Amino acid sequence: MEPIRTIVSRFVLLPIDDADTDQIIPARFLKTTSRAGLGAHLFADRRGPEFPLDRPEARGAQVLVAGRNFGCGSSREHAPWALGDAGFRAIIALGIADIFRANSIKNGIVPIVVDEAFHAKLTAAPNSEVVIDLDKLTVSMVKGGATASFALDPFARHCLMAGIDELGLLLGQLDAIAAYEKKAEALS
Amino acid sequence: MSESTLFGKVWSDHVVTPETESTPAILYVDLHLVHEVTSPQAFEVLRERGLRVRRPDRTMATMDHSTPTTPRPAKGPRLINDQEARAQIERLERNCKEQGVGLYALGDERQGIVHVIAPELGLTRPGMTITCGDSHTSTHGAFGALAFGIGTSEVGHVLATQCLLQRRPRTMRATIDGRPPRGVSAKDVVLALIAQIGTAGGTGHVIEYAGSTIRAMSMEERMTVCNMTIEGGARAGMIAPDETTFEWLAACPEGPRGAAWDRALSRWHALRTDDDASFDREVSLDGSALSPMITFGTDPSTAIPIGSPIPQANGDTTRARALAYMGLEGGKPLLGHRVDVVFVGSCTNARLSDLRQAASVVRGRRVAPGVRMLVVAGSQQVKHHAEAEGLDRIFREAGAEWREPGCSMCIAMNGDRLDAGQYAVSTSNRNFEGRQGPGGRTFLASPLTAAAAAVTGRITDVRELLD
Repeated sequence: MEPIRTIVSRFVLLPIDDADTDQIIPARFLKTTSRAGLGAHLFADRRGPEFPLDRPEARGAQVLVAGRNFGCGSSREHAPWALGDAGFRAIIALGIADIFRANSIKNGIVPIVVDEAFHAKLTAAPNSEVVIDLDKLTVSMVKGGATASFALDPFARHCLMAGIDELGLLLGQLDAIAAYEKKAEALS
Repeated sequence: MSESTLFGKVWSDHVVTPETESTPAILYVDLHLVHEVTSPQAFEVLRERGLRVRRPDRTMATMDHSTPTTPRPAKGPRLINDQEARAQIERLERNCKEQGVGLYALGDERQGIVHVIAPELGLTRPGMTITCGDSHTSTHGAFGALAFGIGTSEVGHVLATQCLLQRRPRTMRATIDGRPPRGVSAKDVVLALIAQIGTAGGTGHVIEYAGSTIRAMSMEERMTVCNMTIEGGARAGMIAPDETTFEWLAACPEGPRGAAWDRALSRWHALRTDDDASFDREVSLDGSALSPMITFGTDPSTAIPIGSPIPQANGDTTRARALAYMGLEGGKPLLGHRVDVVFVGSCTNARLSDLRQAASVVRGRRVAPGVRMLVVAGSQQVKHHAEAEGLDRIFREAGAEWREPGCSMCIAMNGDRLDAGQYAVSTSNRNFEGRQGPGGRTFLASPLTAAAAAVTGRITDVRELLD
C-alpha cells in the first residue's frame, strides 16, 4: 500500500445519504475472483450524463464528498476496491458505516467524517480543491481556507501514513496466538 | 475490570493481546464461515505469500450467493449456466481442497445459506466469536455469540492467523417487552426497532437484545432479529443463551455430546449480562403495541405499520428520492398497492418456521393472477423438513415456485431478480435501490405479510386473512 501523507485534489460532490454498497457496486459485479477493474462498475446503476461522477469536472478527482451513513449495507470490499480503482483516495461524509470504514482503510482510502457546518461549505463549492493532511488530521478548502479537523483511529492513521498492511502485523504475533489457543483449548 | 455485559464477557475471553491507544486488540476467532463471493481474493493473498489456513478445523465453507436455485436434475448437482458464477464456485472448491477446508458444496445434503446452515449444524454456539465475509453474520448472535461481518482483507487475516485487529465497540441494549399481537412476527419487531433507531443508529455499537418479547422468541425468531442488526448500523447483535438456546443445540448433529456437553452447558449458563451492568446506550420498544410492518422506501428504516399512510417527504431530499424511485406518493396508503413478485427466502426469513408461517396463509388459496411467488428454503435441511411436512405441496398447488436453497432474490446475483419497475414484497433484509435487480422496487416484510400479498396481489394486512 502506498503511504499517504497529504491528498490535494478537487472533490466530487455526491449529495446523497445512505449511499449503500449495493449502489456503490451492484451485486451482479461480485462474481469476479479478482479485485482489479471494478472501477468501471462504480455506481453502475446511477451513471448517466447528470450523475456527479460523469460530469466533465469530476475527471481526475480523488476525493468524494457524500452525505450521511456512506457505505452502509453489505461487507463487500468490492466497494472500496471500485472506488480506489476509479482513483478515489478519500471519502468525506457526515457519517461512514463501520464495515465500509474498516475496508476502506485497508485499501488506502481515508474515511473522513466532518460536521454539518463544514459539510455545508463543501456543498456550496462543488468540485473545488481540498487538502487532506493526515499528519495534522485536517481537511482544508484551498479557496477560502476553511479548515476542519477530523478523528481517525491512531492505528488506522499509522497504517495509512506508513502504508502498513495489517496481515504482516498479525503474522508477527503468531507466538501470542499459539499461546492463546493452548490456554483457551485447555479450558474447553 | 471484570466484565458485566454479555458482550464484554465474550470479548474479553477472546482477547489475545489487549488494545492500547496506538494498537487495536488482537481478537481470536473461534469459527470462520466462508462463501464463494468474498473469499477468492483472500485465498489469493495466502497463495501469493505462501501461507496456509491456520485452522481449517475452525473454518467452514459453503456456496450460496451466486448459486442457481432452479430445480436440480434427477441425478447430480445443479447446473450452473452463468460462466462467471461457475468460475467463482470452482475457485472455492479448489481453494478449499488446497487448504483442507471443509465445504458444503452444491449437491451436499447440508448445503444452504451460510447463516442458516452453521446454526442448523450446531457449529454456532454460545460464547463464540464468529466472522464471515458477509454483513448478516450478525445472525449468529442469537446464540449469545459475538458474530460480525468482515471484508475480504479481514477474511484473509482470519484464514492466515485466526485473528483480527479490532477496537472494542460500544454497547447498546435494546429492551423489547410485551407479547406481540396476532400477525406480528420477529421481522416486524426488528423492523420497528430499526425504524426507531435509524440505519446508522447502531454505528460503532454491539446491540444486546433483551426483554420479555425476546425471551419468548424461538431460536429462529431470534436469528431473524439478530440478522437485521446490521440494517440498524451495528455490526453485531447478541441475545443471552437460555433454555431455548440449549434445547436447539442439544438437537444439532454437530453439537457437543456427553461430558463435553456438560462442560459447555456450565460455561454457557454464565453468559448473561449482570443486573447492575450499564450500557453506553439504552433503547426500548413496546412489543405489545406493534402492528405488521412494511417498508415504503429504499432503506430498511423506512418501515411503517402496514395500515399507516406513506409518509410525506416534507423537504427531505433523501425521502423524496426514495419515494420517486418507489413510484409512491406521500399521504397515500400502502394497503392495496400492486405487487408483481413475492419472495419468501434469505438468511433473514427462510427457516422452517418462516415457511410454515407463509404456508399457513397460502393454504387453500391461490397465488393471485399475474403474481410470481418464489419460495426459497434457506438450506437443504430446511427444504427437506418442509417437504416432509408437505409445505412444498401447499406452495406448489397455490401456484408458487418451490426452489433450491440459496441467497436467490435477496441479492439477485444468481439470475433470480426483479425486472425494472416491478414491485416485490420480500422477506429479505434490504430494499436498497436495485438490490433485487436494477430498477426493481422492494417492500420488506414478514413471511406472513409476504404470503398475504401473494394471494391477494396487493399489499394486504395479513390479520384480515388469519383464522
